Amino acid sequence: MVTSCLLCGVGGQGTVLASKLIAASAMEKGLFVRTAETIGMAQRGGCVVSHVRFGDKVSSSMIPEGGADIIIAFEPAEAVRNLHYLKKGGTVVVNKKAVIPITAALGGSSYSGDEMLDYLEKNTGRLIVADSDRICDECGSPKVLNVALLAYAARSGALGITVEELKNAVLARVPEKFHQLNIKAIEFAAK
Amino acid sequence: MQIPSKESVNFMSKKFLMGNEAIAHAAKNSGVNFVSGYPGTPSSEILETCAKIKTENMYVEWSVNEKAALEAAAGASYAGGRSMVTMKQVGLNVASDPLMSLAYVGVKGGMIVVSADDPGPISSQTEQDTRTFAEFAKLPVFDPASPEEAYEMVGEAFKLSEEYSTPVILRPTTRVCHGCATVEVSDVPEKHIPEGFVKDSKRWVIFPKLSYENHKKIEKRNARLSDIFSDSRFNPLTGSGRVGICAGGVSRAYMHEALDILGNPEVKILEVGTPFPFPERLAFEFLSGLDEVLVLEELDPVLEKALTYICGKYHLNVRIKGKLSGDTANAGENTVNSVCGYISKLTGTSVPEAENLPVSPTLPVRPPVLCAGCPHRASFYAVKQAMKGKKAVFCGDIGCYTLGNAAPLDMVDTCLCMGADITVAQGIKRIEPETVCFSFIGDSTFFASGITGVVNAVYNQTDIVIIILDNSTTAMTGQQPHPGTGRTMMGEISEKISIEKTLEAVGVRSVEICDPFDMENAKAVVQRAAEGNGVRAVIFRAPCIAVSKPAGKLAVNKSNCIGCGKCIREIGCPALSMRDKKAYIEPSLCTGCGLCAGLCPVNAIGGAN
Repeated sequence: MVTSCLLCGVGGQGTVLASKLIAASAMEKGLFVRTAETIGMAQRGGCVVSHVRFGDKVSSSMIPEGGADIIIAFEPAEAVRNLHYLKKGGTVVVNKKAVIPITAALGGSSYSGDEMLDYLEKNTGRLIVADSDRICDECGSPKVLNVALLAYAARSGALGITVEELKNAVLARVPEKFHQLNIKAIEFAAK
Repeated sequence: MQIPSKESVNFMSKKFLMGNEAIAHAAKNSGVNFVSGYPGTPSSEILETCAKIKTENMYVEWSVNEKAALEAAAGASYAGGRSMVTMKQVGLNVASDPLMSLAYVGVKGGMIVVSADDPGPISSQTEQDTRTFAEFAKLPVFDPASPEEAYEMVGEAFKLSEEYSTPVILRPTTRVCHGCATVEVSDVPEKHIPEGFVKDSKRWVIFPKLSYENHKKIEKRNARLSDIFSDSRFNPLTGSGRVGICAGGVSRAYMHEALDILGNPEVKILEVGTPFPFPERLAFEFLSGLDEVLVLEELDPVLEKALTYICGKYHLNVRIKGKLSGDTANAGENTVNSVCGYISKLTGTSVPEAENLPVSPTLPVRPPVLCAGCPHRASFYAVKQAMKGKKAVFCGDIGCYTLGNAAPLDMVDTCLCMGADITVAQGIKRIEPETVCFSFIGDSTFFASGITGVVNAVYNQTDIVIIILDNSTTAMTGQQPHPGTGRTMMGEISEKISIEKTLEAVGVRSVEICDPFDMENAKAVVQRAAEGNGVRAVIFRAPCIAVSKPAGKLAVNKSNCIGCGKCIREIGCPALSMRDKKAYIEPSLCTGCGLCAGLCPVNAIGGAN
């Protein structure tokens, strides 16, 4: 049995740390883990994708199309861009807030994210829309976006990691001064 | 004190490591004494990890470029130290001069040259293949499929290097470098005490006669290595049947997954972890009894050519299918899905049908852009404004500032390789004397390979304007220190090498330094430089946002904003967009650089409350 989780977003949103936290939780359960990250030029505002896979045996770090149990999307258009990775009946956790690329701003395009959420609503077996703006406001920091999305994913049951296990990973992997903030975000999102 | 027996203690522990980290841990555990390199995606984390985990017997440095790094590592190895040098594939081009000769001279302490390839390419100028380079240099090469195999191969490569007194190449690709996996790591690093340099001019001084003698020895050794590799655990031969698959690198992982998806059809498999010298005897055994073979590899058709050669040599009637035959893609990365398609064709098995999604709304394109607050944006904008309406060419270089090519800045007309901005500008100027030729180079690139270009310009009395974008770091690859920062990887503070003094010392008469965010002054400085003659330099000095504290945050005063969009149109800052017909600044991205505020015709942008 292999669980495959695809994280996608825009460079700078914190997908790499999120994939590390999932990996740490899975390692803690004694599972073999593979991940693949986007590092380099694309990190400057480009599309980024992290693949996280764990189980008793994992051949490739890259998830095949139609192979993801869950997609955790930090941005609505990125969820749509990567939807072909989702397994039939898989779960999508998506952050409601769109990131408008400068190319859209320059070209006067009207991209707002709403049309992407509509598309996801129609074409996803199970869609969880996270209002991360509210969580970030509640916690007083935009930096908790990644942990909050993970909490939604954990609560959905599709990630194969529980909210408690996620909390433990945060305590083990995140610097102590950020513990309270991140735990607060998890508890808020997991409510 | 009682020493625990080997049986009672587990000397291995499981760690979750990135491929690059695994390579560093393996080098440490193999008793490496000297590690050098130059940053380059996807290789940079190897050396950074070495610096983090180093023992008292390890020296680690970011060298000024790959050539310096490789030569220094060779010296360490001449003195009996175990050495490792790290770079990306295009860095190997820079280091190729010493490498080609070192292949003939050989080494004493084990030496590994890590050259990370980048199929795609994801963050590189070329899709060159280090396996081809290894064959060209006649050096053995290991090609890992996973982080844990990279770990294993480093230990093996050091042994081989010392046994045969030759540098050995390790060639991971991006998916191995930046893939993470559970890796079993030894907790007990081997301690290697170097013997020291033993003078022997017949060994260490390369001369035509020596090269001729050594060439013969190298060919003999490589034939022997081909035989040894035929029994290597890194080249497993499995399965059976009339059709075969030969795979190398990360494509091996894709192959295993694809076979699972296809219900494991009958197939004979040769995986090749040591592509050169090619394991000929093993490949012959693999090919015997097969009708056709699918070759799965990225970049060059190295395995495909080797198998085709063996078929010819031994008159084997086997069809080899790969890039050369047009059966697989000859550029870009492989994926589980592409490999699935190839194997299904080969074996006649069908690929499970994918779910057909309806056409999605138009997705926003997201090309990488300069960060909000990046000083390069201000520098490019100042030059653009200063040269408005004048005939000018802007030669760019490798680094974050290559992104200055994007609209609306559109300030990079050429980009070739490290350091070429300064020299390409000189060539253009000779053919187009009426054009003002600018070159843009970052601080780290200047030290790596810009200085010789400046000397060339001064010596040959060229007429160019050199813009140095000094952001006090090597930004693109993750903020590595360099000679201008005065920090080393051993954590020491060395004297900062001054860019302006270097320029003056090689004869650049006009050197001006300014803050690019002081826009009016910056424009005036560029105008003065453009009107001068000879070699002129302007140093734009402002730190990268990743190594400095933000100045604050700006916001748009909605009642003042007239929605003209000038701030967005002129500079293309990712923090800026239009919301409800007014400009909007995303607070999580803004660093308060003030570039947009200076542009606003109605002063609607100011400090956020």
